[in-house]
Amino acid sequence: MNSLLIENGRLVDPSQQHDRVARLLIIDGTVKAIDPSDGELPKDTQRLDASGRIVAPGLVDLSTELREPGRDEDETIASGSQAALAGGYTSILCSSNTHPPIDTPGAVEFVRQKAAKAHAARIYVTGCVSKQRRGEELAELGLLVEAGAVAFSDSPAPLANSALVKRALEYCRMFDRPIFDRPEVPELAGRGVMHEGRESLVLGLNGLPTEAEDLAVARDVRLAEATGGRLHVGPVSTMGSIDLIRRVKSRGIKVTASVCPHNLSMTDEQLRSFDARFKVHPPLRSERHVEMLRAAVSDGTIDAIQTGHMPRALEKKMDDLDLAPFGMTSLETSLAAVATTMLHSDHLDWSTLIQRMSTAPAAIAGIPGGSLAVGQSGDVILIDPERSWTVDVNAFHSRCSSTPLAGSQLQGQVTHAIVGGEIRYVR
Amino acid sequence: MMSAENDLDLPFPAAWTRSHLLDLETLSAEEITILLDTAQRLKDATENCRRKLSLLSGKTCANLFFENSTRTRNSFSLAAKRLGADTVEFSSSGSSIAKGETFVDTAKTIEAMGVDWVVTRHSTPGTPHLLSRELDCCVLNAGDGPHEHPTQGLLDMLTIRQHGKPFVGLTVALVGDIAHSRTARSNIWGLKKLGAHVIICGPATLVSPRWEELGFEVAHSLDEILPRCDVLNLLRVQFERQVARPFPSIHEYAALYAMNGERMARSKSDILIMAPGPINRGVEITPEVADGPHSVILEQVTNGIAVRMAALWLLSGAAERAAGGAATGASA
Repeated sequence: MNSLLIENGRLVDPSQQHDRVARLLIIDGTVKAIDPSDGELPKDTQRLDASGRIVAPGLVDLSTELREPGRDEDETIASGSQAALAGGYTSILCSSNTHPPIDTPGAVEFVRQKAAKAHAARIYVTGCVSKQRRGEELAELGLLVEAGAVAFSDSPAPLANSALVKRALEYCRMFDRPIFDRPEVPELAGRGVMHEGRESLVLGLNGLPTEAEDLAVARDVRLAEATGGRLHVGPVSTMGSIDLIRRVKSRGIKVTASVCPHNLSMTDEQLRSFDARFKVHPPLRSERHVEMLRAAVSDGTIDAIQTGHMPRALEKKMDDLDLAPFGMTSLETSLAAVATTMLHSDHLDWSTLIQRMSTAPAAIAGIPGGSLAVGQSGDVILIDPERSWTVDVNAFHSRCSSTPLAGSQLQGQVTHAIVGGEIRYVR
Repeated sequence: MMSAENDLDLPFPAAWTRSHLLDLETLSAEEITILLDTAQRLKDATENCRRKLSLLSGKTCANLFFENSTRTRNSFSLAAKRLGADTVEFSSSGSSIAKGETFVDTAKTIEAMGVDWVVTRHSTPGTPHLLSRELDCCVLNAGDGPHEHPTQGLLDMLTIRQHGKPFVGLTVALVGDIAHSRTARSNIWGLKKLGAHVIICGPATLVSPRWEELGFEVAHSLDEILPRCDVLNLLRVQFERQVARPFPSIHEYAALYAMNGERMARSKSDILIMAPGPINRGVEITPEVADGPHSVILEQVTNGIAVRMAALWLLSGAAERAAGGAATGASA
């Protein structure tokens, strides 16, 4: 019998409205008790002193690019899942955009085997919506569910074909699995590399207009309403998206949305450096959009915060802005980036932050996690909320070192990550 | 830099500290004026850019052009040679770029051969800024996509100044494909800083209303603004940069925006007609205007050499000062 007692920490679990100093007992991978008496502790219980720390359910990421197979110069399943733990993510949904893409049961099995070998964060598989991610025919969604896929997405490619989106939402009702779409109308996005606005105008860079996202969200939510399918849009980045999502939610349509930490903390003015590390998708928007996104996370219009982890090898990011790929490594900085931005601007408290980064994404994906209630799996993180640290890309577990946060000062750091009652990461 | 056999006593301005020329947006009015004053001195001293000096002898200028160019490349080459420097020419076609090397590595390789300036043109905005962080030598932007073309902006301003027109109170219209024009993006900042009123004119698909937020007048009718203009800078329609054609036809564009004899008749009597070239005769300008008495298009070309001589001399002097080298020219 494996027994772990985490004591003296501040238990923050929004699923149970806990925010108090408490003891947490995990036996054989499952939460057994909160505040057990000493008499309830099995012999040989391992004790972990969490004084000064927050004890929270492990974070859950809705979309993590692991890049293996096919693009392992950017990231591997082992490096990505280790980076996840270091960032406080005990469960991640890996994206389907590997080479070959995850559109067959065999491809799902490959990830599952590699994940088991990596023995770090739990990895759940997102299958492709369409065969080969071509956006034309449905992939074998039912067989992918049987193989273990928990959600479907062609991300980062948007689902451009409206008929395909409708079919996928209808078909997936049979399995109660969500369709994730990164909303964008490709012909409006064109060759854009940054937010279309005053900055792109001055810099002469091709812009990504907000309406490219707004129109796709409008179409997606309408199709979700028509089909009754489970739709998740994200990451979103515009005021228009927020406005649409808020309106459909008030009408009772079940649509969820997420945002990335960098879209909450940085604006398009960063592109004045012409530094490709700021080339991310969705792009860094202007201050007005960022303010609205923060407010929407705060009031729950945006349900979840996802990392937007799109690792790309440094040599690829060292090119000019037109050629350098979108993306950044963000598993290891997301929690602190959100805490630094959102706690200090009073948009969130710790409990709501954990809700947006753990409880809500677990519910959206329909996977275990996001709660430390008795009977739930013992996926726990310890956070030192006061720890101030400098982002050192050389200390990353991710293979990718490209982040606009390199050298930044952030506050709040994960010190322990526990998966199924087993301490798998200690800083 | 002033050698014994030097033939020009050109004081190095104390206020000039830059060793790169990347854009005009971040230059001060004083720095722009220094560039224009220096260019005028060099133009006068070289008898209209024909005589050769030895101010920069022993130095080497590399022209790294990742995009086609005739006039700018030759202008930079001649500017370097007129100051006694050597030049290295590089074109991306048939180069290591074709073998998969990145432009940054190509630039580093050329720099390692011992060059003092890298003059670069590239189709992507920001590439000179990227090189200025990666290279130790002076970097000059000879056009980065639709972003900026600072020496073009400077030569345009030098030409206006030579015609005795003070910038304060001057109305300059930039007409045409503003969306894809690096010339426009350098002119607007330079002219604004020196006090001119700038009108940005063209089809609504090529002229964003956001320019108004930045303090510029936006117009879509050339005929309406024409009577107010002291200078018209006619920008080429850059078909090669456009994803989809932003207006119905060339015929319609020419009808609305081409400077022709009829429009000349309704202009101010001393209006200056400028164009950065290459010009599309019959599209943005008719031959009678291009070759007419108000056209200063060829003066612009001559001034280009003077401006580039000034830029090379000033940047190199600042770099030497920063490196603790010998004083450049006579003391300021």
